[in-house]
Amino acid sequence: MSNLIRSLVGPRVPLEELDAHRGRYLAPTLVFMLARVVLLVSIFFPYWHMELDAPQYPNGLSLTAYVNHLTGDVKEIDGLNHYIGMRPLGEAAAFERAASVWMIIAMFLLVEGAAVIHSRWAVLLALPAVTFPLGFVADLHYWMRTFGLNLNPDAPLSAAVKPFIPTVLGEGGIGQFKTFATFGLGYWLAVAGAVLTIVGFGFHRHAYKPLVDRLDRERRAHP
Amino acid sequence: MKNPIRTSMACHAVLAAASAGLLFSCFAGEANAQENRRRRAAQEGKPVELLPEQVAGLTKIANERQLNVDDLMAAAKTFTPSGRHDEYVLFSSGGQSGQVFAIGVPSMRLLRSIAVFTPESWQGYGFGGKDDHVIESLKVNGTPVLWGDTHHPALSETKGDYDGQFLFIGDKANARVGVIDLRDWETKQVVKNPLTISDHGAAFVTPNTEYVIEGGQYATVLGYGYAPPEEYKKSYRGMVTMWKFDRAKGRIDLANSFALELPPYWQDLADAGKSASDGFFFINSFNVEMATGGAEKGNPPFEAGASKRDMDYLHIIDWRKAEAAFRAGKVKKINGFPVIMLETSIAEGLLYFAPEPKSPHGVDVTPNGQYMVVAGKLDPHVTVYSIEKVKAAIAAKKFSGSDEFGVPVLDFDAVKEVQVELGLGPLHTQFDDKGYAYTSLFLDSAVARWSLGGEYATMHPEQPWKLVQKTPVQYNIGHLCAAEGDTVSPDGRFLVSMSKWSVDRFLTTGPLLPQNFQLLDISQTGTTMPVIYDLPIGVGEPHYCQMIKADKLKSWKVYPEVGWNTRTQQLDANAPKQGQEGVTREGNKVLVKMTAVRSHFLPEHVEVNEGDEVTWRITAVETAQDATHGFCIGAYNINLSLEPGEFEEVRFIADRPGTYPFYCTEFCSALHLEMMGYLHVKPTAGHAAAVPTTGTSRDSK
Repeated sequence: MSNLIRSLVGPRVPLEELDAHRGRYLAPTLVFMLARVVLLVSIFFPYWHMELDAPQYPNGLSLTAYVNHLTGDVKEIDGLNHYIGMRPLGEAAAFERAASVWMIIAMFLLVEGAAVIHSRWAVLLALPAVTFPLGFVADLHYWMRTFGLNLNPDAPLSAAVKPFIPTVLGEGGIGQFKTFATFGLGYWLAVAGAVLTIVGFGFHRHAYKPLVDRLDRERRAHP
Repeated sequence: MKNPIRTSMACHAVLAAASAGLLFSCFAGEANAQENRRRRAAQEGKPVELLPEQVAGLTKIANERQLNVDDLMAAAKTFTPSGRHDEYVLFSSGGQSGQVFAIGVPSMRLLRSIAVFTPESWQGYGFGGKDDHVIESLKVNGTPVLWGDTHHPALSETKGDYDGQFLFIGDKANARVGVIDLRDWETKQVVKNPLTISDHGAAFVTPNTEYVIEGGQYATVLGYGYAPPEEYKKSYRGMVTMWKFDRAKGRIDLANSFALELPPYWQDLADAGKSASDGFFFINSFNVEMATGGAEKGNPPFEAGASKRDMDYLHIIDWRKAEAAFRAGKVKKINGFPVIMLETSIAEGLLYFAPEPKSPHGVDVTPNGQYMVVAGKLDPHVTVYSIEKVKAAIAAKKFSGSDEFGVPVLDFDAVKEVQVELGLGPLHTQFDDKGYAYTSLFLDSAVARWSLGGEYATMHPEQPWKLVQKTPVQYNIGHLCAAEGDTVSPDGRFLVSMSKWSVDRFLTTGPLLPQNFQLLDISQTGTTMPVIYDLPIGVGEPHYCQMIKADKLKSWKVYPEVGWNTRTQQLDANAPKQGQEGVTREGNKVLVKMTAVRSHFLPEHVEVNEGDEVTWRITAVETAQDATHGFCIGAYNINLSLEPGEFEEVRFIADRPGTYPFYCTEFCSALHLEMMGYLHVKPTAGHAAAVPTTGTSRDSK
């Protein structure tokens, strides 16, 4: 049992080795730490932003998505969407919004775990944080598609506006509206978190791979 | 394992620092959105450079339209491109329309009317069914009086400068004062003077809007009493009312308001002192002759009898002393209202008179408060009084006598600073920032610019107290209004002549012609003061107006919260929320809870029985600017304006059975016409036969 744990957690660094190559072992810890902080901070910044322009809205309408809530002219956009039979935005991604903060905290802890685990299993722990930005976009697209393609056929403007897939990024349009969607700072922080996690693994591998290999060699030598 | 622990501690230190930064970061998203909007809104114009072909094009247009260079300059000074906002807002009396008009300056575009004394259907003012609060507020002695002769608007002031919070307006015909809240541009209160039927000197405010002054005019028996003209001197009285304003509540506080009894001269315009003259206010008067008319009986007509003497009396009232006398209970209740009687005013030194050339009109205090300018009307001069001299004369008791009621009359020469001859029919005076005064000349049909003296003498190149220039206006100018021209800090730049007759200025509109609001450019010194715009006002005969810098107005774009009660200016617990809609009944009382949103009312069917008492509550659950709905029930005389967030309640007896469409009266959206519903009033048994199934038509006999 303790063997299994030991192989999962990976080899510990001997103190004399640590004193000799302090930088080598500190690097993955620090980079992972930075990745975690950046990911956590991203909760407080918008992930995605859409500006909607139409003649009768000279100041435009805007929609800003954080990982856990929507702000901006949600009510007005919902009001307009009812004309084309789109469901209220509040009904989209309800689970994701409720779970997102916990998910990010979980990722935070998992990456912290990756820093402590010195075996190749650490990769598994960091995988969610690395794939999170991609998952966000995929989920956003999924909901846009679901909402856009499932318009109420009895809506007042159903004859004029056919089901469509709203644009996740860049310029799009629906009816008299032009839409401009961009990622927000929060999203870029999440991307930075993912990249830093990958970079952290470079250092992780550099630091612990030799130890793991030595351990393997010792095991093979003394089975 | 020392190092991992240390590392972990370092981690947490960094985390703590990061969390400290979060507070800041929360605002970043919002700032980003605002920045986007600013970028979109910014359409900065480059400096104009006319190319030769453009000059040729402009010249061609000017020649085709017969415009001279002055006309082109006037157009350039006033034309305001689409989307560009005016620098000033002119709040004008709406005359007999009973409304207030808001006009942008320099474009002179009519922005809005504000209903005050007259029900107005677009604003849903007075069309709220049974016991409508507007109609209730317009009652005079129990009878709705559904019009007003609005005269003098007064913007609320702080330290003698407009603060853009409230607007007051007097109704001459019925001696009422309206209070408008400039957050939503809506009339919140109308008070009826309990002493007098009609007035004139309303509304004027003291420098911090402590009081709204309402001066009377045609003397009557105070408290709406009766007396024949023979008892004029004995029983008729003039008055001035000091309405206490409660700024926090946005209402006149009737319990802390009072009046002063005045002799039965006809009090005219008023102005509150400021700075040097703070604590006083001034009212002109005419008919100190106490003429009682009766031309049909062979008596001298009013116009002759009331202008026989050479001098009338400028009333000088120490309102702080008057307030103290009121608080000390030195009042008599007339019609339930506290009045400081004449003998008290005389004994306490609240009231002094100064002789003024006969039948004057305006009394206007200079921005520094040192001078009171009285316009002669029947005298070609303006007479300037010095507050220092007035105070000194009062202290030294330099009286030339007293009037028939015992009010001390200050010696004219002791209080007069100077008289300036301007021309025929001087009426009202305003001021600019360059030491000039501007006086309307009714008979000359001109605006006179003249130089002030005293500490103003160094501000302009002219000799002090001299006429500088007269610009003709078309025609018969009454009041005039310079930008913030009656405050402690006038802006100069623009002046509006409120010309009473337009005669040939516009296309003929039948025998009833519009007024002519003429914009004058007073930005330069000396003799240049051209008319640059004519705005016809075809809705009433306005009297006075005030011009406020537009950025002082902090108007709401939509109501602050959905379910807003516009009378209490707070969220109303009775406002139906989305999801609470429905119709409930208790006996014959029916409660309709309705929401309005583009493009439907909910519920759309309302069924009641004939004779039911219906209470109908509607919330406009809109938050977008300009997404206003109307709500009308034809034949029941109901129409509401439901601005975004507004809550309204109407009551009516469903006393006429039938099928009544209700609908949205604002073109709110593409599906505006679909925004309707039916009120079904079911006939009671036995009544059904009496209900016609079709309307009467010529063929139905």
